Amino acid sequence: MRITQGTFSFLPDLTDQQIAAQIKYALGKGWAVSVEYTDDPHPRNTYWEMFGNPMFDLRDPAGILKEIIDCRRTFPNHYVRVMAFDSTHQVESIALCFIVQRPKDEPGFRLVREETRGRKLRYTTQSYAVVANPEGKRYG
Amino acid sequence: MTAVTKKAAGDAASEIKSSHQRYKAGVLKYRQMGYWQPDYVPKATDILALFRITPQDGVDPVEAAAAVAGESSTATWTVVWTDRLTACEMYRAKAYRIDPVPNNPGQYFAYIAYDLSLFEDGSITNVAASIIGNVFSFKPIKAARLEDMQFPVAYVKTFHGPPTGIIVERERLDKFGRPLLGATVKPKLGLSGRNYGRVVYEALKGGLDFTKDDENINSQPFMHWRDRFLFVMDAVNKASAATGEVKGSYLNVTAGTMEEMYRRADFAKELGSVIVMVDLVVGYTGIQSLSNWCREHDMILHLHRAGHGTYTRQKSHGVSFRVIAKWMRMAGVDHIHAGTAVGKLEGDPMTVQGYYNLCRDTHTQVDLPRGIFFEQDWGALRKVMPVASGGIHAGQMHQLLDLFGDDVVMQFGGGTIGHPMGVQAGATANRVALEAMVLARNEGRDIKSEGPEILKQAAQWCQPLKAALDTWGEVTFNYTSTDTSDFVPTATPV
Repeated sequence: MRITQGTFSFLPDLTDQQIAAQIKYALGKGWAVSVEYTDDPHPRNTYWEMFGNPMFDLRDPAGILKEIIDCRRTFPNHYVRVMAFDSTHQVESIALCFIVQRPKDEPGFRLVREETRGRKLRYTTQSYAVVANPEGKRYG
Repeated sequence: MTAVTKKAAGDAASEIKSSHQRYKAGVLKYRQMGYWQPDYVPKATDILALFRITPQDGVDPVEAAAAVAGESSTATWTVVWTDRLTACEMYRAKAYRIDPVPNNPGQYFAYIAYDLSLFEDGSITNVAASIIGNVFSFKPIKAARLEDMQFPVAYVKTFHGPPTGIIVERERLDKFGRPLLGATVKPKLGLSGRNYGRVVYEALKGGLDFTKDDENINSQPFMHWRDRFLFVMDAVNKASAATGEVKGSYLNVTAGTMEEMYRRADFAKELGSVIVMVDLVVGYTGIQSLSNWCREHDMILHLHRAGHGTYTRQKSHGVSFRVIAKWMRMAGVDHIHAGTAVGKLEGDPMTVQGYYNLCRDTHTQVDLPRGIFFEQDWGALRKVMPVASGGIHAGQMHQLLDLFGDDVVMQFGGGTIGHPMGVQAGATANRVALEAMVLARNEGRDIKSEGPEILKQAAQWCQPLKAALDTWGEVTFNYTSTDTSDFVPTATPV
């Protein structure tokens, strides 16, 4: 399967040139860009690991692209995403978020159905990779 | 001051100042009773309303405006001495300005100010009962339309507003940087719960974020509400596991009584739904109550504006949708259907943009071409996500993104379910079209003119998108809008 989180998951994987164009757009809006990685891509795993703080003062797309490449090199089998933070009053949240690296093989998730009273079911989403292996050893 | 107001200001038949004359039993003109105050300067704490009025032939527009002020505040048809037991001058609404409507002989814009003390805190129902309670049936006017309102921030702050709001909704769903995608399950009537859930699963797995019950899906013989909720939530969870994304389906909890709506909402929550929906026809009190429930239970509240067209569409009479949008932001909904401009339902593009801005602004400015007559400070009330739904398809993606930006739910019902390769393919076509368009816009391309080319390029590697464009690419709904701004000469082209 292919995890479809993020702004551009239905497109072919973005090239570095395409990634740089999105970063340029984010910087043009005054947003701060950050890089995060994980090997637990559960849809409700909000907090991926930060590859450093958001780069509030780095306004050069090439510099940010270098951070992304560093992150990918350090964690070649993890998911890596780029996020842009908008600090405008009454936004103060993420304005763009897209995956820039994913493992070669994505085993995906199992839906666990627990039968409860009546016809009601309780649902849990379990990552095959997370269940099988500890952190850092999940995607090879 | 306009020609009309000058004439009135010099008219001898203006407010009677002598108490003896003013309160003598009998009938007076409304402006003699003090409902026309051309020199009144609205206070920062006043609630303002703008009515479009069409006086009966021979009725002076100033008197008609005064009558609207009177009938929407303290007046009755005759003088009553009991006024004198009250601070009646404060309670009287004041018509303070009247302008002829450009290019519409016989119609006037009447501005009316109401003191804050006339209204109950935190009650849209009370606002509606006051402002549109009686006056629209008043004989001396042929027609009246409530065009816009301004609420002082002190009054806005008596409302909780959207329980979730755009920002928190995105954080909860983990979806950023693009419009959300939805589809209303079709056919509207007749699917069993099991068949219904099939459509939900296919659409969500194919790439949509949401599916939706239609306004008239409640609990009918072919599908009781519990069956629908159970099958839909199985589909939602299965699609979420299949994609690794948070998914949702607006479970319509609209029912005959508030008790029943709470029961359905509770069941939706127990099943783990992130969102419930309600129809506008349940009324403002019902909506505010459900909003409170949603706030308490971390639930997104989707509002389907069922029924609004009966009073919002015609320009001469009724209530503009921009007023309903303002009321609903205060009443506290997270999603509101606000038009598509390019789809099958009524909507002039700039007028529709005006509704969207009211939902999403932190501080709305006067914008006459978009039909916004008043500034509005939203007092940090959360933002409502507008929903574009009704006869739109992937081939219009560039127009939709250009008109509405990122904070919108685009709903492709027929444009998903009617896809020649199936529901999943229909959903994929929409998602690919959307992501390709957002990517191109962010790269600095002019999507308004290059849009069709951008879609064609994506269709080269995405067969479902190609099939969608082949099927619907040329479908448009080019009819003249009825509800357009009076401050642009013609309907704005898309």
